[in-house]
Amino acid sequence: MMFVPGNNPGMMADAHIYQPDSIMLDLEDSVTLAEKDAARWLVFNALQSVDYGDTEMVVRINPLNTPFGRKDIDAVVRAGVHVVRMPKTETADEVREVEAEIERVERQLGCVGRTQIMAAIESALGVVNAYDIATASKRMMGIALGAEDYCANLKTQRTPGGDELRLARETIVVAARAAGIDALDTVFSNLNDMEAFRAEVEYIKTLGFDGKSIINPRQIEVVNEVFAPKEKDIAKARTILAAIKEAEARGSGVVSVNGKMVDRPVVLRAQRTIDLAIASGIIDPAEV
Amino acid sequence: MNSLKDRAADIAAEAQKLHKPVWNPTQGNPKNPTPRAELQAQSSKLTSLEEAIRQSGLRDGMTISFHHHFRGGDKVVNLVVAKLAEMGYRNLHLAASSLNDVHEPLIDHIRQGVITRISTSGLRGELARAISMGLMEEPVVFRSHGARGAAIANGELHIDVAFLGASSSDPLGNACGYSRSPHAKSICGSLGYALPDAQYADKVVILTDDLVAYPNTPNAISEHHVDFVVQVDSVGDSTKISSGAIRDTKNPRDILLAKQAAKVIVNSGYFKDGFSIQTGSGGASLAVVKYLRDSMLAAGVKASFALGGITAHMVKLHEEGLIERLVDVQSFDKVAAESLRRNPMHKEVSACEYASPDEPGSATHYLDVVILSALEADIHFNVNVLVGSDGIIRGAIGGHPDTAADSALSIIVCPLLRGRIPCIVDEVTTLITPGHTVDVVVTEYGIAVNPARPELAERLRAAKLNVIDIEWLRDKALRIIGQPAPLPFGDRTVGIVLSRNGEVQDVIKQIGEAD
Repeated sequence: MMFVPGNNPGMMADAHIYQPDSIMLDLEDSVTLAEKDAARWLVFNALQSVDYGDTEMVVRINPLNTPFGRKDIDAVVRAGVHVVRMPKTETADEVREVEAEIERVERQLGCVGRTQIMAAIESALGVVNAYDIATASKRMMGIALGAEDYCANLKTQRTPGGDELRLARETIVVAARAAGIDALDTVFSNLNDMEAFRAEVEYIKTLGFDGKSIINPRQIEVVNEVFAPKEKDIAKARTILAAIKEAEARGSGVVSVNGKMVDRPVVLRAQRTIDLAIASGIIDPAEV
Repeated sequence: MNSLKDRAADIAAEAQKLHKPVWNPTQGNPKNPTPRAELQAQSSKLTSLEEAIRQSGLRDGMTISFHHHFRGGDKVVNLVVAKLAEMGYRNLHLAASSLNDVHEPLIDHIRQGVITRISTSGLRGELARAISMGLMEEPVVFRSHGARGAAIANGELHIDVAFLGASSSDPLGNACGYSRSPHAKSICGSLGYALPDAQYADKVVILTDDLVAYPNTPNAISEHHVDFVVQVDSVGDSTKISSGAIRDTKNPRDILLAKQAAKVIVNSGYFKDGFSIQTGSGGASLAVVKYLRDSMLAAGVKASFALGGITAHMVKLHEEGLIERLVDVQSFDKVAAESLRRNPMHKEVSACEYASPDEPGSATHYLDVVILSALEADIHFNVNVLVGSDGIIRGAIGGHPDTAADSALSIIVCPLLRGRIPCIVDEVTTLITPGHTVDVVVTEYGIAVNPARPELAERLRAAKLNVIDIEWLRDKALRIIGQPAPLPFGDRTVGIVLSRNGEVQDVIKQIGEAD
């Protein structure tokens, strides 16, 4: 998910050429108070006029307790955004409030249920309530960690090793998995240290995250490389799926591959590997 | 007949047959016992700028020439033309290999009638703007680097006096674009564009800020071609001549374009052991080599030579053994300039050896792949690198048409949009590089292949690259930006673009101030 400031028309027009999985146009922290209205109109027009192709379009709105939040929802839902991203989410009620607001606009448009919600968790209270937040609405598609605000709230600061984020990260992944939605990690701001960035992406992949938030197109390649399944894993997944397909044809639910029993979790993991390989452009969907 | 005296009559007889005088032992030059280090300081070529101009025989209406190897740091053009103005010269023809922002003071000299004609490869900054708006009576004549070399060599562009800046010279005129002395003040690397001037100009004046002891070898310019050597405080501001390190573009769009161009090369059919390559200026084209390196290592492919504008990236690949030879008409950065001084397989060549259409041996003829940038390309694959979309001259032809025409595969990297300016258009503002010499246009939205090269399109499609029609790109730009208003060109011609072979290919019309 690539963050793009909502007050920069050049970046908004160009963002999709780098082929991120999703683009988050930001109306919150990257836009000054004086530019909130102008940015909202820019984002509205970008969503309506730029051909973003298959890219998932997300807009980070201002919180509803500011004078901008409701106007943001009104504009971006009308413009057909895929996902509304809530900043600094702390409780399930906040999610339901945003959902109600989205639904109000969707009802006017006659498209109830079109817009999904993602919540950024950026405080200790948010982390404690992570599962409630993740399950607060059927529109919830993911939760994400916002590390800067979280660290400030925790009265600590960011370190290269990320010890201060460990509980938050693990909680968010577990909550997301329990709720059956996506978990997204926070941004990495030092663009000149690609090695440290790669190490962090590898680390959060191990924790179970589905993806990483990025602030520059140069970071896309690293995320894709880390998350793309390896040739060996793809080959193994293909074997497993072929074996289970054959077993199903025979009317059997269990099969062994290379002497190991293949049960449902193994099949799910294999399917996920193939899905990722297709998403990463490594294999052609037609081949599967 | 055992003594010279005995043979005197025979000597006289042979001298008469050969119409030569008889040697007289009392009339030879006396032997000079001065230590040679002192003697070279007395070189008759060493003089002041004013004296060199006077002795050169320069008269009103003649042609003077300069090179642009000091780029934005150049001090030679402004210094010499100011001196010529002070000495009362008028009506001169200034023939430079290129001119840029730093030459803004020429505007005044043009207004005063000191300079009335200009020939160059490019113009930038305020001078370019003023000329675009009709500063000069006579249109500026634009040539590519190859065409300029050829025109000087065949006499079409006759240079009366060449004023050539050098980072080092000895008192006899052995000059270089770098210095090996501890007093070196500037470094520009290759003096390739100055070499035809040195060879063919009637008189050659070297200006240097580092006068070193004879012999200043290896030299770029030989004393054989030099008439005067002038020591000056500074030939150029070294911080503006070349950047110190690898200029790595951080612009994500340039990186995207560079990666796509590298993929085009790898899958073009020309990526074979012993291939040759050149990159033009511009962030994206310069960066291509960086991304090509990975493919070269993976495939075990090495290049026989890199040509042109040599860059730090190319030096790196050369020193890693991935590029065997560097053929350098212009060093793009300090790393390249220093490599020329250090690496024996890094060779300086003249503009004629580089890209002359008249020389079968010029290096561009043996170039497999060239990557070039563009201000605009059109649906006929014509390219403009000289005149901006606002009608103002803001670039240089450089070796663009030379390398596109002579190479086996020419690749243009060009964003579809620069801000609100579409770069893929119906027709380029000014025709610089003809479409039939351009093979591929790489944009951030897809890759267009010249329909004249169907086999190339086939190979790129097979490699799953996003090959699209160039008309689709034009339409895409129009959809995003809308149809730009036509430019407010006037009737007067302010520039003439010559083709590589010296034909008039296009003209540049005067532009009014945009509303």
